Amino acid sequence: MRLDYRVERLGLALGILQQGASYGMVYLYVGIFMLLVTGFIATTLVLARLISPGRRSNTKAQNYETGETTVTDPWRPFPVRYYVFALLFLIFDVEAAFLYPWAVIYDSLGVYGFVEMVIFVLILAVGLVYAWKKGALKWV
Amino acid sequence: MQTVLNLLEVEPIRLLISFGAVLFLVLNLAAVLTMAERKVSGYIQLRYGPNRVGPRGLLQPAADVFKLFTKENVSPGRSDLWVFLGAPIAMFIPAALVWLVVPFAPEAVVADLNVAILFFVAITSIGALGVVMAGYGSRSAFSLLGALRGAAQMISYEVPLILSLLGVVMLTGSLSLVDVVQAQGDTIWTWYFLPQLPMFITFYIAGLAEVKRVPFDLPEGESEIVGGYMIEYSGMTWALIQAAEFASMAVISAVTVTLFVGGWQPPLPFLDLGPFNWVWFGLKTALIMFTFQWIRWSVPRLRMDQLMDLGWKILVPVTLIWLFVTAGAMLVF
Repeated sequence: MRLDYRVERLGLALGILQQGASYGMVYLYVGIFMLLVTGFIATTLVLARLISPGRRSNTKAQNYETGETTVTDPWRPFPVRYYVFALLFLIFDVEAAFLYPWAVIYDSLGVYGFVEMVIFVLILAVGLVYAWKKGALKWV
Repeated sequence: MQTVLNLLEVEPIRLLISFGAVLFLVLNLAAVLTMAERKVSGYIQLRYGPNRVGPRGLLQPAADVFKLFTKENVSPGRSDLWVFLGAPIAMFIPAALVWLVVPFAPEAVVADLNVAILFFVAITSIGALGVVMAGYGSRSAFSLLGALRGAAQMISYEVPLILSLLGVVMLTGSLSLVDVVQAQGDTIWTWYFLPQLPMFITFYIAGLAEVKRVPFDLPEGESEIVGGYMIEYSGMTWALIQAAEFASMAVISAVTVTLFVGGWQPPLPFLDLGPFNWVWFGLKTALIMFTFQWIRWSVPRLRMDQLMDLGWKILVPVTLIWLFVTAGAMLVF
């Protein structure tokens, strides 16, 4: 009995969580969990830092890479070859954002929903074929 | 005993306990999987694998963790230290977060989101961020190469991964993973992997690429770019990256099982274990994880252009075609 009472008090103290798993609450859980995981990993890193030896030297501070002495600095302009892929990814991701709601209620849409989506996806498929024929999908 | 069970009903306490359970699960899965990986590779190559620490080498992961804890964490002097140290965290969070929506048993799901599938897709795509952070933060040529490859691969395979889930969503009419499992029924031939076979295979391949396993391990590619984005890591940061990789592999297996192989549902109705149905979920997930490791030691690594071709020219068209086959079939029947 006393325990139940205490639990109730604890719940009130954390009042924000007391309303049960309503719609927005679940996302709050996700947020709290994210913070907990971050805290956990940060603690692990700090603990490891405290336990492990830390003797610094100039040689050790060099990049490992292949074991050879590094000659280049990678922080300079470099060709990002896949920006076309990134654009295509963006297009298909937006497409998926449209497709998901459609898929959820597809059963009640009937022929209308089917035809609509055939047109929508065909336009995108034409885009994919165009990119393909233009050679944009070729990794150089 | 009764009071302890009552405690589970109270919201913040249930939450904290389940958070603890999820973290425990993720870390232990990572440890067990490193062990399983070495054992499986050992037996596939006709040798024993680790067998010195504890009975049959079972305590090897504990020894590894202890060793890595006491190893010095060397960070390259010219690296961007905050990005460098933030990368393991950014890689670990998505791997742990997806477990929140995976249903282990009918009632056992930490947060039953009504958009769980979207949540899964959104969270797994964050994984690419960690890889880019690790590669760019270390300021080393091979790290950067690995990160660029990783980013290209992960965003490319995100597309077939997203599209291959649509068939399941259409058949279920819901984005909640609990609904998906319940809709699959308790017989093996009503599970979605049969009517959605091309989607299942696509999801499996895209999942393999998403967790950067062989044959899609180009971001790491030990034989060409040494270790890819994790060359410069050592000690605990390296251990966290490894743990994140294995945890995300476990998550992909669990989600594959939930979406296509019936989740906690028993393969035949008389095999229903009642409250112990999570055993089925565990067995199926373990089976999928084993196939991941099996593939690792059976298939050679792809080339980068082959990898991109497979994603864009085979998997994406296959999913689009099967999307309409499913839609047409649902219209007719």
